[in-house]
Amino acid sequence: MGKLLVEDKTIATPGEKLAEGMDFLPDEGTFREKDKILAAGLGLVSINGRLIKVIPVSGRYLPNRGDVIIGKITDILMSGWTIDINSSYNAILSVKEATDFIRRDADLTKYYDIGDYIITKIVMVTSQCLVDVSMKGPGVRKLTGGRVIKVNAHKVPRIIGKRGSMVSMIKNATECNIIVGQNGVVWINGSPENEIIVINTIRKIEQEAHISGLTERIREFLEKTTKKKIEIVKVE
Amino acid sequence: MAYTKRNDGRKFDETRPIEAKVGVIKRADGSAYFKIGKTIAYAAVYGPRELYPRFLKNPEGSMLRCHYNMMPFSSVGDRVRPGANRRAKEIAMVTDKSLLPVVELGNFPNSVVDVFIELPQTDAGTRCAGICAASMALADAGIPMKGMVAAVSIGRVDDKLVVDLDYSEESYEGGTVADIPMAVVSTTEEISLLQMDGEISKEQLKTAVEMAKQACSKIDKIQRDALKKKYEVKNE
Amino acid sequence: MNKQQKQHILNFLEKGIKLDGRKLEDYREIKVEKGFSENAEGSAKVTIGDTIVTAGVKLSVESPYPDTPDKGTVMINAELLPLSNPEFESGPPSIDSIELARVVDRGIRESGAIDFKKLCIKEKEKAWSILVDICPINDDGNLFDASALAVVAALLETKFPEYDGEVIDYKKKTNKALPVDKKKIPTSCTVLKIGEHFLVDPNTEEEKCVDARLTVEVEEDGTICALQKGGDNAISDKDIEKMIDIGIKKSKELRKHIG
Repeated sequence: MGKLLVEDKTIATPGEKLAEGMDFLPDEGTFREKDKILAAGLGLVSINGRLIKVIPVSGRYLPNRGDVIIGKITDILMSGWTIDINSSYNAILSVKEATDFIRRDADLTKYYDIGDYIITKIVMVTSQCLVDVSMKGPGVRKLTGGRVIKVNAHKVPRIIGKRGSMVSMIKNATECNIIVGQNGVVWINGSPENEIIVINTIRKIEQEAHISGLTERIREFLEKTTKKKIEIVKVE
Repeated sequence: MAYTKRNDGRKFDETRPIEAKVGVIKRADGSAYFKIGKTIAYAAVYGPRELYPRFLKNPEGSMLRCHYNMMPFSSVGDRVRPGANRRAKEIAMVTDKSLLPVVELGNFPNSVVDVFIELPQTDAGTRCAGICAASMALADAGIPMKGMVAAVSIGRVDDKLVVDLDYSEESYEGGTVADIPMAVVSTTEEISLLQMDGEISKEQLKTAVEMAKQACSKIDKIQRDALKKKYEVKNE
Repeated sequence: MNKQQKQHILNFLEKGIKLDGRKLEDYREIKVEKGFSENAEGSAKVTIGDTIVTAGVKLSVESPYPDTPDKGTVMINAELLPLSNPEFESGPPSIDSIELARVVDRGIRESGAIDFKKLCIKEKEKAWSILVDICPINDDGNLFDASALAVVAALLETKFPEYDGEVIDYKKKTNKALPVDKKKIPTSCTVLKIGEHFLVDPNTEEEKCVDARLTVEVEEDGTICALQKGGDNAISDKDIEKMIDIGIKKSKELRKHIG
């Protein structure tokens, strides 16, 4: 008979025994060693029927195709830009993927200059971690003004909330423009006082992401700091 | 005169008091503090990140690069001259080898994971304390790991085998002394660090390895508890 | 940092707050832990917000320099450990670590707080030599003020080891403190100029867009004993006055922490 040795939603440490016997199956973040299933790193245990997963809770952002991320232009190449995407690897934005037609001899700094932030989409990640991004399609653009802060990339889903409900609530409460990149970079633009509230709220979410009743606590927090009546955003 | 009672009153198989903390250096991707007796080690992990110089790059995975340094004021007596000396370089190398069996860096081509170990206060057993801190810091940094590594020094003082030598035992003058630092991989109980200064018989060495395994399993628990403490969900 | 991002920081400063919401002249929370490393003759760990800096003192007996045969010596060194900041590299001291060490050194030396004559054991032959090392653990801005504070706290905590005239017994500390005058020993305040605004205790982001900075080291009675102007832009006489005023005011507050 198989035996589960850990509880769902607890923290597993590298090499920790999660289950014994052949009744359970190793999913992402775990591996089988004879009749045991072990954690392949630090993370949150997630049990789904017979499948056991360990979801990372820390570490750098790993680029994934389709992710919408915030990057910073760090260099200009012959036919494109190098972009820091807050990961172990840089991304490349090629001239072809940067908006409309650009002449061969054009001054590329007119489009994106060093230090500029962009919201962009990952279109390709090779096995060697070469990352291509594109500025074509909806939602991607250069970010003018504002500031960025970095958050734990693994907490991004909680900051965004279900269908964007959490970030919408913060936006409504603070009248700040907020964009959360999948790579753990958050862009904020608003009045200085309100930006501080946004940052404090995001830090609170980061710290308390796994404690139940997060949305309500954040609503109360925003109500207290903005001294306004705040409602939880319902997203259909 | 035989060594019948340890200088600080410990049992022969007892380590000095241990204190372990994770996430002590905010700038780092992962970090840890490990104190055993009066020996203190900090470890910070940066990476995976881009590797320079370029010729060191390995397209098949990331490089693990450990650094070991005693702070200039860390030991009794003369100031330790800053900068890498032969001893520090060798210890950095064996630290690397002691951790390599557990880290999985195949998914990070051409990059490096830097581990910086700093000792602000030393009283023997520094390489072992450094390895313990480094293993926790790597896990904290979200590096994929098949297990954890704990390390301890087993000593022969006169005719007795003792766990976790302190400086007074290392410099015991009443008889033969041997110092055997060992690192144990938690999941397999294999030895990933083995060095020795001094003289010992084959039989005694066998016992020493057993003693290291037992002591390391206790240290392993302390390391894991520290990791869990940082990330565990605190339900209100 | 490009122009727009700098403008964004200026919008904040315009409203009298820094990027984290603190007022321009507010320090983050400061903590000083003395005796952080017991093998040193004196040591301290200073935290300012998330910045952590340690300093340790080692004492040794050396022969005095020929031009000061009746005096001991002090040397202050800084190692910008790559453990504390991803931008620091291993290897020989960078210019930043040299500047940091020299500015702190100047403050201590020129204040006259250390009575070097009292460090002399036998003229022309033996004198105590004080070696202080600064080692940051986490750099989240303002290493200058944190380091200066750590060095001062470590010096004040230092106790001589036993010395029989021949050999130092480092394992036995005496009750004898260093000949340091607490009134003279300086506290350091670094004032930054960004645009037309002046602020203290920046985080790393604000440090990156600084136009000019002035480190002011001040004794208890308000005497200035060391200065260091940094940053790429020049400053006017009015700027200097303003920055010195802030420096003197804030260094007085920092003095509370040296204990």
